[in-house]
Amino acid sequence: MFENLLVQGLSGLASASSLFLVASGLTVIFGVTRIVNFAHGSLYMLGAYLAWTLVTNLPRGHFGFWGGVLAAALIVGVVGVLIEVLLLRRIYKAPELFQLLATFGVVLIVQDLALMIWGPQDLLGPRAPGLRGATEILGVRFPLYELFLIFVGPVVLGLLWLLFHRTRWGTRVRAATADREMVGALGVNQRLLFTTVFFLGACLAGLGGALQLPRESVNLQMDLAIIAEAFVVVVIGGLGSLPGAFLAALLIGQMQAFGILIFPKITLVLAFLVMAVVLILRPYGLLGRPPASAHAAQVVEPPYPPPSPAFRALGLATVAVALLLPPFLGDFALIVFTEIAIMVLFAASLHFIMGPGGMASFGHAAYFGLGAYGAALLVKHVAAPMEIGLLAAPFAAGLAGVVFGWFCVRLSGVYAAMLTLAFAQIAWSAAFQWVELTGGDNGILGVWPSDWARNKLAYYYLALLLCLGATLLLRRAIMAPFGYALRAGRDSPLRAEAIGMDGFRIRWVAFILAAVAAGIAGGLFAYAKGSVFPTYMAIPRSVDALLMVLLGGVQTLSGPIVGALAYTWIHEQLMRLFELWRLLLGAVILLLVLFFPQGLAGAAQRAAEKRA
Amino acid sequence: MTLRVEDLHKSFGGVQAVAGVSLEVAAGELVALIGPNGAGKSTCFNMLNGQLRPDRGRVVLKGEDITGLPPRAVWRRGVGRTFQITATFASMSVLENVQMALLSHRRRLFDLWRPVAREDPAEALALLARVGMQAQAGRPCGVLAYGDLKRVELAIALANAPALLLMDEPTAGMAPAERVALMELTARIARDSGIAVLFTEHDMDVVFAHADRILVLDRGRPIAEGRPAEVRADARVREVYLGTGATHGGH
Amino acid sequence: MLEVEGLHAHYGRAHILQGVTLSAAQGEVVALLGRNGAGKSTTMKAIMGLVRPTGGRVRFQGQDVTGREPFEIARQGLGYVPEERRIFTELTVMENLDVGRQPPRAGLAPWTPERVFALFPSLGAMRARPGGRMSGGEQQMLTIARTLMGNPRLILLDEPSEGLAPVIVERMAAAILELKREGITVLLSEQNLHFARLVSDRACVLEKGAIRWEGTLAALMEAEEVRAQYLSV
Repeated sequence: MFENLLVQGLSGLASASSLFLVASGLTVIFGVTRIVNFAHGSLYMLGAYLAWTLVTNLPRGHFGFWGGVLAAALIVGVVGVLIEVLLLRRIYKAPELFQLLATFGVVLIVQDLALMIWGPQDLLGPRAPGLRGATEILGVRFPLYELFLIFVGPVVLGLLWLLFHRTRWGTRVRAATADREMVGALGVNQRLLFTTVFFLGACLAGLGGALQLPRESVNLQMDLAIIAEAFVVVVIGGLGSLPGAFLAALLIGQMQAFGILIFPKITLVLAFLVMAVVLILRPYGLLGRPPASAHAAQVVEPPYPPPSPAFRALGLATVAVALLLPPFLGDFALIVFTEIAIMVLFAASLHFIMGPGGMASFGHAAYFGLGAYGAALLVKHVAAPMEIGLLAAPFAAGLAGVVFGWFCVRLSGVYAAMLTLAFAQIAWSAAFQWVELTGGDNGILGVWPSDWARNKLAYYYLALLLCLGATLLLRRAIMAPFGYALRAGRDSPLRAEAIGMDGFRIRWVAFILAAVAAGIAGGLFAYAKGSVFPTYMAIPRSVDALLMVLLGGVQTLSGPIVGALAYTWIHEQLMRLFELWRLLLGAVILLLVLFFPQGLAGAAQRAAEKRA
Repeated sequence: MTLRVEDLHKSFGGVQAVAGVSLEVAAGELVALIGPNGAGKSTCFNMLNGQLRPDRGRVVLKGEDITGLPPRAVWRRGVGRTFQITATFASMSVLENVQMALLSHRRRLFDLWRPVAREDPAEALALLARVGMQAQAGRPCGVLAYGDLKRVELAIALANAPALLLMDEPTAGMAPAERVALMELTARIARDSGIAVLFTEHDMDVVFAHADRILVLDRGRPIAEGRPAEVRADARVREVYLGTGATHGGH
Repeated sequence: MLEVEGLHAHYGRAHILQGVTLSAAQGEVVALLGRNGAGKSTTMKAIMGLVRPTGGRVRFQGQDVTGREPFEIARQGLGYVPEERRIFTELTVMENLDVGRQPPRAGLAPWTPERVFALFPSLGAMRARPGGRMSGGEQQMLTIARTLMGNPRLILLDEPSEGLAPVIVERMAAAILELKREGITVLLSEQNLHFARLVSDRACVLEKGAIRWEGTLAALMEAEEVRAQYLSV
């Protein structure tokens, strides 16, 4: 028993070190640039792939292995510099969600590039020379390489601390963390400073990946697997805090090592549960501090302009097409139309909290997926008819909105985005691992509509009625006192509180309403597809929702509708026509972020204003 | 007495920020709270408006103990506020800003149905007329001149017919004559409607011209209180705060 | 030393500076006066490159620096002390000074922490204190000290007296006069006419993004109609 615990504890420390390497880079980059780098996991994966290529091609021995590992880290550093110079430099002043999305675009691009270069199969690397064997600790045999990793973490932490506190570069970086513009006005080239910071962070990610070579196989799933954990570590530690990241890595490493012994069923959920608990007790993480908001770019949102006659006509035309065209369409087109109607509601539900509410959600798929599962579980376990299932969907999602929302709306900005992501991952993990209830990866099949709606056209009209109705109700709420109160809390929380508004309750209710609406969309989606899978709640689905809202434009009323139409169409075309659709989708995201920051509806509005 | 503050204390991490402040403000009276930076003015203010809970002492509004209530509850009992840096809803028009305060006053914020655009604007327009802003009712708050924003804030603060106005550096960031105009307007409204006004201020010209009484704080403790002339003549106040008078008009 | 010619700047669609022309000679203290929103801060930011000018020229020591990056302009010897102080709150006094440090400049005695502390003695007593735990007056001194560490030939001082107690304002005035004695040129923006009178040689009056009046402080005190028109409502 004791031996077992010791081995688990030591393995936990080794994992903690690996995790810290990745998380340290992420937190350093965030600290200075305020960008949550979703592509950090991709840099880690690149580090592993590059190390594999270098180590297997260089001569065997110490030089070949360690030289290959270090070279891989440095090359990843250079890739990081390219990303910073070509992309991030242009979006430092953009809202947080745009930055998250842009780096997610990089994730997609790197995935397809890695697939092209290294192929889909798992790659196995050699073991580290000199550290192949095992040693005996208190009578327990323990691999030498793991022991080596245990020491890497603290050594890197120590070196980074010295770098930031004992060098002039470090002092300047810490100053730039607080106020980049001022650092520039004092004669420091802060662009160069940011690039060097990004180089350092990317190197750390690359090193973390390269050092995994002797431990596990290199594969294409490494990026999202590590980034979710690294987010958890960084958020628990406090964004921007290196010692915090170290503590959090230790905590998560041990939780996972011992969690396998105690709760083998919920290992995936465990890390996210810890994160949720920490954020509830310490909203800015263990060692984090509230963000200094004084010089964060205060975005002043313009009022919603009244729709122009042309725009109104276009809207009516769209509704007319949606109502009148479908009887003349084939089954495939009807499926696409149904999906578009559902996506419009899904996007409108996210827009409700993002636009007027100013809240960032990176996990909106949770409520969509819980709606789908709410319906499907009733079908699977009590053979409930569709009508009951469609009622259960918003109920299940709304219930999750009540619980998750209560935590999420207390935080703001990146922290809120991360917490929503954590809750979505909890929901996803539950669907994935709780096989008895949910069927796990195999999903739940046979979720079919009642007889009267089994015809594709009938089901389309049902979906259109519910989705259009719910979307219009959300719009009505935005123009009613409630929507104004929501905007008031976004514009000036201080003033809102000073005229008697309970900002927390208003945001909470908005969050619940958005969850309910997403749940309706999810329920309809389940019956449209006839099945549900954990992927309904996965990160890419949340990103879909964000893309639709941002593509349309956050600060326009018609944005989510335009966005859902455009995005569903683009996505459909890309997947149908191109094998490397991820790469193209990533490119589309980057183009959107760089050139259409106000979205399509926003851009159209601008153009109309200019002509006027 | 509209506001009675008794023996307020507050410390942060062992540092005594406010120690033993008591004061009273009567209806229609303007009282200024002045002192060097770090004297405890903001801490004191934040304990009155509910943002901070005092360690010791009481805040009594019209006979009711409001100590430790959150800001929104303090507002519901009749305390309006303006901020050092104006806080308005930039995405709404001037009129809508005032309407929000009225909607909140009537507890209609959770109405999901009736569009705000169909609300009767008469009451909000009347409030704007009192501060001379009715002509700009339709403009977005985001594009107003600073002095006008201050007036809008005043109209918002008046929306629930307050008994007490708390104004944190009401004239900060304004041109000298604009300052005088705003304070004259405030004084007139306060006297007409019997509103008690407590304000902090760094501009001594404003303080000496408009305050009925002045309370001077230094390192969290009151060091002088009285009519402007008495405070100006006080040797201790000159030493810690006013100086020789060379940098303001108070020679 | 500094020549600004027909400077224009926009914030979004708002035309804030509409052709500002002013100059400061070596060793002069020039006060930029005007109401809130007249464009004083924007003028300083546009000179410093923090706001991109949309027209006009900024020449410093004969060199055109219009539209250059702020760090390049700072390295030419232009120091900037912002209105809102903007101390690095997590950094100690010494570290704040270190961020501002630049190589010495020919003909100027280089600023060291010791010299800076001689100018602001209260800072010397709190070298290891984080900027966030200082009072407003101390922070204002630290921003000036931090800028001095860059050995500037000219300092842009944006509303140095705003929000400070009268006794601290008097100390600020003394420090500015001390800098003038060192041969440093100062362009300061002010709303407090009493303060400007104590320290400046010349005044430029700004209104709606352009200079409307220029002259000595004594002349400004005589020109009641100028003060009435541009400095009061």
